[in-house]
Order: sequence, then structure tokens, then C-alpha cells
Amino acid sequence: MFSITPTIEVKKPEKQYTGLSRRARIVRKLSLVVPLTVMVLMVIMAIFADLSWIGLPDVGLSPKAPNDGVARDKLLPPAFMEGGKSEYLLGTDRLGRDVLSRIIHGARVSLSVSLLVIAITAAIGTALGVIAGYMGGNTDGFIMRVVDVALSFPGLVLAMLLAVSIGPGYWTVVFALSILGWAGYARLVRGEALRLRDSDFVAQARVNGASSMRIMMKHIFPNVLNSLIVIMTLSVGMMILAESALSFLGIGITAPQASWGSMVSDGRTDLDRAWWISAFPGICIGLVVLSGNFLGDWIRDKLDPRLRQQ
Amino acid sequence: MTEEVLRVEDLHTSFFSRKGVVKAVDGVSFSVHKGETFGIVGESGCGKTVTGLSILRLLPEPAGKITGGKIILEGTDLLQLSKKAMRAYRGSRISMILQDPMTSLNPVFTVGDQISESVRLHQGLPDNMVEPEVISALRLLKIPSPEMILHDYPFQLSGGMRQRVVGAIAMSCRPRLLIADEPTTALDATIQAQYIALFKDVQRQTDVSIIFITHDFGVVANMCNRVGVMYAGKIVETAATRDIFKNPKHPYTIALIRSVPRLDEKDERLYSIKGQPPSLMNLPPGCRFYPRCPLGEEICQREEPKEVEVAGGHFVSCWKVK
Repeated sequence: MFSITPTIEVKKPEKQYTGLSRRARIVRKLSLVVPLTVMVLMVIMAIFADLSWIGLPDVGLSPKAPNDGVARDKLLPPAFMEGGKSEYLLGTDRLGRDVLSRIIHGARVSLSVSLLVIAITAAIGTALGVIAGYMGGNTDGFIMRVVDVALSFPGLVLAMLLAVSIGPGYWTVVFALSILGWAGYARLVRGEALRLRDSDFVAQARVNGASSMRIMMKHIFPNVLNSLIVIMTLSVGMMILAESALSFLGIGITAPQASWGSMVSDGRTDLDRAWWISAFPGICIGLVVLSGNFLGDWIRDKLDPRLRQQ
Repeated sequence: MTEEVLRVEDLHTSFFSRKGVVKAVDGVSFSVHKGETFGIVGESGCGKTVTGLSILRLLPEPAGKITGGKIILEGTDLLQLSKKAMRAYRGSRISMILQDPMTSLNPVFTVGDQISESVRLHQGLPDNMVEPEVISALRLLKIPSPEMILHDYPFQLSGGMRQRVVGAIAMSCRPRLLIADEPTTALDATIQAQYIALFKDVQRQTDVSIIFITHDFGVVANMCNRVGVMYAGKIVETAATRDIFKNPKHPYTIALIRSVPRLDEKDERLYSIKGQPPSLMNLPPGCRFYPRCPLGEEICQREEPKEVEVAGGHFVSCWKVK
């Protein structure tokens, strides 16, 4: 009845017509290449700021030691401005420290804190969200009440409490941001899981004899991934800002050490005469956040089989 | 008669809600033989789907519960199995095609992945053996060039093709029993006819027994060997398909058949059954069809009719049938 087997070989056209104009294609390409380049550069900056991790603290990208100020060189403008010195490309702060060197070293703190926190919170939040949404009932009720508590808790107060009890520092920041941050993911993922639980393909999987564990891993999780990635990339910026807020309050990264957030807040008092202290790290934050969002969109498109075709 | 594959005895399934107990299936018994198609017909909400889900023990928890009866598949009472043992039955010995097969495929996996899920779960084959199994399942459902379809995502396929893929998943482990819950409702008439022909062919090749749940008597006539007519949680009449059409006994069956539009009748108003089926939460004491029955008598209101065999294999529950 329907035993016709097509034997026609379709030749692949040499140049695939994508339905986009030349210009649109270039824009599309740029929207991947530019953010990817920015991200890669930032990460390289963070890793090779110095080579202290192989025992060579004096070798690296950073032109100067980030925490050593030269008193007579304080508040110098960037090299391209009148009065700037060529050795301080992006100027100096009020202690005579090189802004560029501090940005390069600060990348390490800012990027690693935000990536680490996102990884931790997304993992915990997703796991709990999928379980809550899929299991429903009391499990769901319990997990969601914990989420409500976490979301209603003032984060800064908790962070201060932590700083007082375990002392300020890098890991305090990571811990303080993670301990409440998972709740947002849990809530988002739970909503999606709840919708997917009643979808026909989950019912079909159950009919096929798949266990709950398998359904959660194979059918719910991959379908949640899209929204998850969008939220994850959006929170890169939020985490950098949160880290800077904590550092500003003295809970996070301690004084001489630089992070982008703390540099922005340090430069605040001199904004009228030395805008460069805040502006350059601020631009870096902006660039990372933007590139993160672009890359997130791109990854999401790649993961969606419907959009993967082109 | 051939060997019996499934026997359902006095099955009771209820849903417990705050408002009360809904007796969705209330004492249903039937059996399905090897290579046979048993149709369950009835209007919406009469318990057809719940009967199907009860056999698989996949009622929505915690509200739905099987409160009594036996479901015997080749000598094993499914209601006595552990959850784990039951899971091993699903997809391998019993499978089901759901009401809307169009959405039964996971959008993010290829067709091949989804068929192999079931194959991997139940057959424990080495990896290189899975693909040939999957392709043979696709071939069984007459899917053209299965090697290519394997790598397609569900959205790339047409409706009729997706339907067949769902069928291929259901048949991938060569189950003994297939429960098809209105699989043709979402299709248009031509595809529907093709699909039924296809299923008959699959059945001939694999000797699978099918429970075909539908509300469409036309489909019943084409597909089923025997039919059970369900009304308000009970099977009111069971007979071979021929007998149901030639010689319906229960007033409900007669009314249902009369309400199917026919080509050979002149412009008459289509017959419809007056009233509504009773609320399953609050059933009348006597015959459930009494409030809508044209033949109703005093005894019908008082007592539930017993099932009587009017001819070989033809069972009816009605006081008016002797």
C-alpha cells in the first residue's frame, strides 16, 4: 500500500540558500563572533593575568603589580589623554595603582565568582526544580516552601551574617550568593517540569516502561534546558554586580585585591575628576554581560532542533 | 477459540476527590484473545480510557485507584505485581498508543532515539544491535526509507508519519497486547482509513492482540473482531462485531448505532439520545441507562440488570432482553 521507497538522490546545492540577505547574514555572524571574542579575551585575561599558578607571579599579561601604588603617580588620566603617562594605559587610581593591571587581575575574581556561583546554583536549583515539578504532592510542597523562604530572605543580611561568622573573602562571597541563588532556578524549572509532566510524550515514556528517574533525566531535563540557559547567561551580569555589592560592603574581596565591582565602587568618590577608575571596569562588566546574553541566545538556538537546521 | 491473552475480571477503578468518589470503571469484565481486536465503544466519560490506563496501572496518582478486580495477562495478575515488575511489562508486553499521538513524541530527540529508548529498556541488547531493531520496527509500520527517518526530529515529519512512529515505538518490543486509545481521532478520514489498514497488517504479521478504544462505530466496523459497549463505567453489551451491528440488543447500543449518520438514508434528522449520561459520582440505583431509556420499566429503576448470554458470545445487561 505505501511501499514506495524514494530513490531520488537529492544533490546538495553548492551554496545553501538561507533566506537571509547578505547583510543580515553578516550581522548574524558578527553577533556570534564578537561576543565570543570578547568572552575568550576576558577569560584569557583572567587566566594569564599572572602565572602565579605555576609559581611565576611576575610574569603575565598584567603590566604592573595590581596592588602596588606609586604615590606620585596618583589619579593620572589614561595615556591617550592630556597628562597621561604611556606606562599607565588606562590611568591610575587615587593610590597610584595601574587601572589596567587591576582590571586584568579583577577579571579573575569577577568571572570566577560569577561562573562558580551560576554553576552551583543552577545545578542545585535544576535538580530540586525537576524533582518538585515531576513528583508533585508533598515533595513539591516541601521544596517550594523552602524556595519561598530562600526567596523572601534578604540576601545582604544573610551575607553579612556569614561574613561575621566565617569572615570575609572569596569563598564567603561564593557561599553567600549560592545559598539563596538556587531558589530562582528551582522555581523556574519547577514550573516547566510541571507543564512537561503532563505532556503526552512523558505519558508515552511511562507507557513504554521508563522509570521516574529516567523520565526526569531524559524527558524533562532536556526540555527545560532552553529556558535554563537563558537565565544562566542573564545572571552572569547579576552575579558580577552582586559580587561588587558584597565587596563594597566589605563582605567580599578584601581591600587591596581588585574585582571589577569593587573598582567601580572605589572610583565612585573620584568620579568628577577621575572618571576612568570606575568607567573602564564598568565597561568590562557591560561587555561581559552583553556577550553572555548573545552567547546564551546562540547556545539556545543551537540546542533547539527546530532552529538547528540552518 | 484461540488462546486468551488478557482477561479483565470485575474491574473497579475509582477517583477520589474532595467532592466525592467517582466510580469511573464499575465492574468491567472482558477478555481478549490472541491476534484479536477487541473494541471498547462508548461516549465521552464512560470510562473507556480509564479502563485502558487501569490495565497498564498508570492512573493519575494519587487520585485514581483500582479498588477491585483482576487483570490477568497470560496467567499473571498484573494487580499483584510490584511497581518495578509492572514497569518491565509496560512497553514490552503491553504497550499503548495514546489519545493524541501527535504530541506523544519528545521534541528534542530524534525519532531513532525515541524508538530505541524502549528497545534498550526492555531488550538489553548490545548497542550495535539496537539500530537494526529500530529499523525493523519502522519497517513494520511501513515507514518509507527508515534509515533516513531515524535521524529526523518529530517536527520534521507529517502528522500521519508521526502517528506511525508512535506505532513503531509501541510495537518495537513486539508486545502481546496493544491498547490503542482513540488513535485515529486526530486524523482526517483518508489517513484514518490508511492507519486502520496498517494496523490490521501489523496485527497479521505479529499476532498482537489489540484493545481498540473509540467512540466511532465506523472504526469499530473496520477494525474490531469483538466489541464491548460501555456506558457509565459498565460494559452493557459484548458481542462479535457482526452481531452488534446486525442484532444489537441493549437499548443503548441500538440508540448509538442509530445515531451514526448513514449514506443510504434520506434527509431525516439524525437520531440523538436524549439527556445526559448520569454523574459517575452519584449513580442511579437501578439500570444506569434507565433515565434515558425508551423501554424503561419499574424494575429498571429499582435493580441493576444482570448480564445474560443471549447467543453464543453475546452478552447483554438489560431487563428487557430475555
